Amino acid sequence: MSTYLGMPSRRVQEPSSPIQGVRDFPAAARQALGDSVLRRNLGHATSVIRGKRAAVVGEVPDWEALRDSAEAIKTETMARLPELLEQLEANVTAAGGTVHWARDADEANRIVTELVRATGETEVVKVKSMATQEIGLNEHLEDEGITAYETDLAELIVQLAEDQPSHILVPAIHLSRTEIREVFATRMPGVDPLLTSEPRALAMAARTYLRELFLRAKVGVSGANFAVAETGTLTVVESEGNGRMCLTLPETLITVMGIEKVLPRWRDLEVFLQLLPRSSTGERMNPYTTFWTGTTGHTEGTTGPDGPKEFHLVLLDNGRTDVLADEVGRAALHCIRCSACLNVCPVYERTGGHSYGSVYPGPIGAILSPQLTGLTGDSVNDSLPYASSLCGACYDVCPVKIDIPSILVDLRARHVEAQQSRTGLRVPSPEAVAMAAAAYVMRDEKRFAAATRSMRWGRPFMKDGHLRGPLSSVMTGWSSSRDVPTLPDQTFREWWAERESGGHGG
Amino acid sequence: MRIALFVTCLADSLFPEAARATVTVLERLGHEVVFPTAQTCCGQMHTNTGYQGHALGLVEHHVTTFERALDEGAEAVVAPSGSCVGSVRHQHAMVARRAGDEALAQRAERVAEQTFELSELLVDRLGVTDVGASFPHRVTYHPTCHSLRMLRVGDKPLQLLREVRGIDLVELPAADECCGFGGTFAMKNADTSTAMLSDKVTHVRETRAAVLTAGDASCLMHMGGGLRHQRTGVRTMHLAEILASTDGAGAVS
Amino acid sequence: MATVGEARTEILRRIRSAIGEEPHVPVVPRGYRTEAGYDVDVLRELLTERLQDYKAQVVACGDTREEISAAVSGVLVEHGLTSVVAPPRVVVEWLEEPASGQQVQVVADDPEVSTGDLDGVAAVVTGAALAIAETGVIVLDGDVWCGRRAISLVPDVHVCVVRTDQVVGLPPEAVARLDPRRPQTWVAGPSATSDIELDRVEGVHGPRTLVVVLAG
Repeated sequence: MSTYLGMPSRRVQEPSSPIQGVRDFPAAARQALGDSVLRRNLGHATSVIRGKRAAVVGEVPDWEALRDSAEAIKTETMARLPELLEQLEANVTAAGGTVHWARDADEANRIVTELVRATGETEVVKVKSMATQEIGLNEHLEDEGITAYETDLAELIVQLAEDQPSHILVPAIHLSRTEIREVFATRMPGVDPLLTSEPRALAMAARTYLRELFLRAKVGVSGANFAVAETGTLTVVESEGNGRMCLTLPETLITVMGIEKVLPRWRDLEVFLQLLPRSSTGERMNPYTTFWTGTTGHTEGTTGPDGPKEFHLVLLDNGRTDVLADEVGRAALHCIRCSACLNVCPVYERTGGHSYGSVYPGPIGAILSPQLTGLTGDSVNDSLPYASSLCGACYDVCPVKIDIPSILVDLRARHVEAQQSRTGLRVPSPEAVAMAAAAYVMRDEKRFAAATRSMRWGRPFMKDGHLRGPLSSVMTGWSSSRDVPTLPDQTFREWWAERESGGHGG
Repeated sequence: MRIALFVTCLADSLFPEAARATVTVLERLGHEVVFPTAQTCCGQMHTNTGYQGHALGLVEHHVTTFERALDEGAEAVVAPSGSCVGSVRHQHAMVARRAGDEALAQRAERVAEQTFELSELLVDRLGVTDVGASFPHRVTYHPTCHSLRMLRVGDKPLQLLREVRGIDLVELPAADECCGFGGTFAMKNADTSTAMLSDKVTHVRETRAAVLTAGDASCLMHMGGGLRHQRTGVRTMHLAEILASTDGAGAVS
Repeated sequence: MATVGEARTEILRRIRSAIGEEPHVPVVPRGYRTEAGYDVDVLRELLTERLQDYKAQVVACGDTREEISAAVSGVLVEHGLTSVVAPPRVVVEWLEEPASGQQVQVVADDPEVSTGDLDGVAAVVTGAALAIAETGVIVLDGDVWCGRRAISLVPDVHVCVVRTDQVVGLPPEAVARLDPRRPQTWVAGPSATSDIELDRVEGVHGPRTLVVVLAG
């Protein structure tokens, strides 16, 4: 127990749920943008990883062919999802595992809690998993008297700091080594007080701290990167070996997996295991990848019992079927959580993950989170599809070719439609009025020509590149950092008309 | 070749010099430029802000206008904007289909197939890189996002710029990173947009160029606003204006 | 808790309603490389380079039992390792001859060896199911040469013997040869993390040292 002051916190908002914040994106981003340490941490980290990714992707001659295959496999998966899940269930069951189905976060949390209770244990070791973060499993277990230890280094940092993850792959990307050293020095039981901020020293401190935990833990909880329907095989891709510890040493393993993670065939892994590490950590291959099928106790040709005696697979919906119902938006379910889109996104790089208010930040979060929670026209997550300049860098790097910009545009339309149906006959927003007026003017060339001519009447409101008068309050966000352009003497169509009539133009 | 000019609402009203320069370049190369006066706006702002219902009317108006131009003998449509051509090519049919209007979607696809951004038209369709321009100044080029990633114009604008007499073309650091405009993004997320702009302005200053050029008036307006605000002295000029220029031609030719 | 069947039925019903009656199922294009076509010299060289790039040590040796045993002993001596665990078959094949001048305690693995016991052993010696040259990966599949997963995880040094005829070029070649029902571990270098400022640090929870003895 210690009263601690000055814990580094980059938090710009509290979550209202793991996939929705309490403030809209512009408000949260404004605060994040003012944090110069955060800007420096993010700028450094994302530029390092962008460089690594580009180098290892560049050396693969068939990268585009792999992306095409991945996209098709994911599309096939969604189209065949019921049969693939049934096949997965049958194969996991045949191999000694038990399959559970959870409609939402509460149901998944209850299932996991009861499974842990049944073992008589009060602590579990966890492998980094987006699905369990999405359902808030750790908090739920804590309420039920069960301690969940995150074992991935970055997750451990975030957990000890009582912070929120801000990146899919590197959840503590927003913290510098100095800040991490602070967290360890003050929050890690039994830590050497002379600990330095060298990444190697910090990693060794985590090794020492977690070692004993790995050796004693009886229950492991994980997510899964892929599950093969035709064989019942699950896969976890990782780097540190904490995953192997949690998947191999405990007596009971509980895996929580989104229903969209299933793949039809064993062979399909040859595509994804090439795409994922290069897109994610910028490595040709991540250090460790574990494959297991059921309880792997009595597999022919092996040396004997290997791994957990009990295996439970929890298949999670939690809004995924709603996403699947939208023909455009469903491609968001193709995501393999590599986070390449975060690393190239100019918006993410400057605002950080917390601004998105969801465990799924960045471009993929901007299309996934609002679909999972539902676009209502006035929810906080409705602001996420607008958190993009539509620059398209995310689509270029996506290993499964999710057309994120097009989905963003579609979600914006769904937002406006939801807003309009919510508003009904009541007063529409100023933006909606302006858009309707602009569309009315632009649908007709005479109205359009008259409007552009009349723009010159705005000149008295401009001085030295700054707006004066009533327009200035509307345009403040724009004009505080940019000078507005000067208006021309003549529109193009006026010049053209003059030229055609033999005037001075041309 | 008879070419229909899709001027774009922004160039028409705020940056007519870019549109006039487009006419100049094409006429200098011996082509006939027609201007379908019925045109207004491609509807990109509405589409990208979520107002696809309003965009639909603008898409229909655009398609009808340029369909007629093609029927009346124009062989291509050109716009001095990667972004607006991107909207025509990647969004018009989508907006129509989302509204359930398959007939309009197919008409939009026909118009889109014949619509080109200026550098695409010059390099791919007309097969020229030397357009007879002269511009003895230090210039840096920003590849706008939609030109780069939606249209994949690649280095076509640079091929054209390299042939300009007297030009001192310098590479822009982190050129492929967005300038932060993004249409209504710059207003809805003004702070983030400003942070992106500020980095872009820094990179432009690092080049010590006198002129920043790009293929989109919208991004240039945004970057120009930032450059002027910081009193950098760097001018913004549309790619078409440099290609139309005969500045100092006598001295260097 | 509601009955298990209820949630299952409900989720499957939601999915069917979401994807519609007859969703389009695309044919998966497989235009990527499925065979590298490298000869054994290229495979050996590429695997060595890629393993070293991720900080694994590579020791080349001949492919006879004696040569492999000598190479393994050499590694144990070089690293000052005094205790080692290995699957029984590996003990018989490569660890019978104790390293000259070195007292090495050899533990033949069996299910009675606990995790705590493994934590007290300095190193593990295994074979491999195969290796992938382009990605610098060795694959363990729980057979008599690889042993159960815990033995190659808990000790701090992993010595892995790979014969050159086990090396394939690309991941698709590996996937085609492996049996998914066996527990597998794909290993690319020693454990590592990049969680602190994206700075790569080798050696976290898994073996901090990986030595690949490449035979043949």
